[in-house]
Amino acid sequence: MQLQRSKWKAFSEGLIEWTIRVSGISAVVFVFAIFIFVFWEGKGLLFSDDFSISELLTSEKWDPTHTPPSYGAARIILGTFSVAIVAMIITVPFSLGGAVFISEFCGPRLKEILKVVIELLAAIPSVVWGFIGLKITSVYMKELGADAGVSLLNGAIILALMSMPIIVSISEDALNAVPDSYREAAIGLGVTKWQMVYRVLLPGAKNGLLAAVLLGMGRVVGETMAVLMATGNADNNPFSSDAPFLDLLVSVKTMTATIAKEMGDTVNGGDHYQVLFLLGVLLFSITFIVNLTAHLVIHGVKRK
Amino acid sequence: MNDSQRFTKTTFTQKKESREKWVKVLLFMVTLMMALPVILLVSFLVHKALPVLSLNFITDIPRDLMSAGGIWPAVLGTIYLVVLSLLVAAPVGVMAGIYLNEYAKDNWLTRIINLAVINLAGVPSIVHALFGLGAFVMFAGLGESVIAASLTLAVMTMPVVITSTREALSAVPMSFREASWNMGVSRWQTIRGVVLPNSISGILTGVILEVSRAAGETAPIMITGAAASITFRQGETVYYLLGEKFMALSYHLYYTSMGWKVPDKLPNPETGEMVPMTQAALEYAQAIPYGTAVVLLGVVLLFNSVSIAFRYYLRTHRKW
Repeated sequence: MQLQRSKWKAFSEGLIEWTIRVSGISAVVFVFAIFIFVFWEGKGLLFSDDFSISELLTSEKWDPTHTPPSYGAARIILGTFSVAIVAMIITVPFSLGGAVFISEFCGPRLKEILKVVIELLAAIPSVVWGFIGLKITSVYMKELGADAGVSLLNGAIILALMSMPIIVSISEDALNAVPDSYREAAIGLGVTKWQMVYRVLLPGAKNGLLAAVLLGMGRVVGETMAVLMATGNADNNPFSSDAPFLDLLVSVKTMTATIAKEMGDTVNGGDHYQVLFLLGVLLFSITFIVNLTAHLVIHGVKRK
Repeated sequence: MNDSQRFTKTTFTQKKESREKWVKVLLFMVTLMMALPVILLVSFLVHKALPVLSLNFITDIPRDLMSAGGIWPAVLGTIYLVVLSLLVAAPVGVMAGIYLNEYAKDNWLTRIINLAVINLAGVPSIVHALFGLGAFVMFAGLGESVIAASLTLAVMTMPVVITSTREALSAVPMSFREASWNMGVSRWQTIRGVVLPNSISGILTGVILEVSRAAGETAPIMITGAAASITFRQGETVYYLLGEKFMALSYHLYYTSMGWKVPDKLPNPETGEMVPMTQAALEYAQAIPYGTAVVLLGVVLLFNSVSIAFRYYLRTHRKW
């Protein structure tokens, strides 16, 4: 009787285990590789004499095809954040309300149906959202009296619809994570469901809800196709106009859309090409920080 | 005498209960307001796409400067992308999931890997595109091609596979593994013989989700090799070489709605003279982007529904 496994078997098993280990750390490798490659392609410009990082961040003049070119991304950065923030203002009340309804107020059958609908909504590709923004909502915006159909508000509405499923599903998880004993204790005191939600669940799940909003925000800041198609991609500053604070009906550029739109027209390795990679580094850093913060909010700084 | 006559509700209780009712209605409306616009928008898309929607639209090549015919080269390009990215993302993603659930100890390395997976999922698609351009197109010398775009998509969609593999594996009870170990079976043999067979369907739902994700993404492919249009002759078999540029559904939708305009006049096939388009041809041409959007949406939602259905099946047919 053979008790010892053959050498070949032991070897192949070792090989498989090593492949698994290597695959395990591949995610780390990819995250580093993404940062390094994107930084590497843009580093030439970053360290060159006729470029300053403060100009990139503060100057409003983005004219990369002009000679001499000017790379001031202030309007683009403002555009990115104003679209994202307006989208969040629209979507957060709906998403949190929807999450509370799905988690606490509806029956099990309706709950299942709504969860499936939300999951399918989350699957709609961003280019289809962009198409809807370009061909449908923008037409209604014009009919309602806006000068340009594609605008900051139009993009924000599309992004709001788009980020809603992710915020709802993470918020719902957060509400589910509140122990049932909390609910029972509250109900036992004779409060109504809404009082329980308002006084017990929302405070109990506040970290998870905050993380859901942050992750939605990260999604919206990084979204490319929908904003490219729905905001019109014109170089405007939404803050410098006659409108009291923020001109919602102006067409703006975002970082993602600028990269996607202009990358095709650049010379590989040229200054314009490099500055787009620098915008990529900035975008990567922003979403990295947002995601990290969301993670820490959920799991706490030190997980014990 | 019944209860309601014996006890009258205080104003406080009445207020409390009426507020409860209003909140319930309000929250229901809010939920409805989320789902309803999307359903209306999508049905509007389908309505606008009706002139072109037929099987022929999917299987025919574009003709007459893309104002007639179908979108087969784009469909085929998407199939290429999905299959090639799956070939990379599925094995690496599944093995990474196995590592995280079966091998990794609770230490700093595991925490870093977890963080990396979360961040990889959160990196914007256009940054993945830049990475693909820098790493695969330029550094690896693949050029703007199907293979470069597929690899970019593979890196991008890998977190989907990793996360769902982990979930599927962690659903297998620990006692299954312990029973196997107690028989003197090694770790890998336990995984192969006990853990994987019990979780394979869960892993598959993740793989199906990866397919749907890869089919819908546009930004990562638009600067790594997608082409606006590639001319194919009538009757010619449509195929791409791995090093060639390609058409894809998502990029086709972007191009036909942003860069492309319906031509006013078309050359007459016999005389070569430019003649204005007929009303029917014009309507068909204008519906092409809508048709593309509906096909893309159909593909993505189909895969997602399969994945969801699969999950429901699993939940009702659990072995433990």
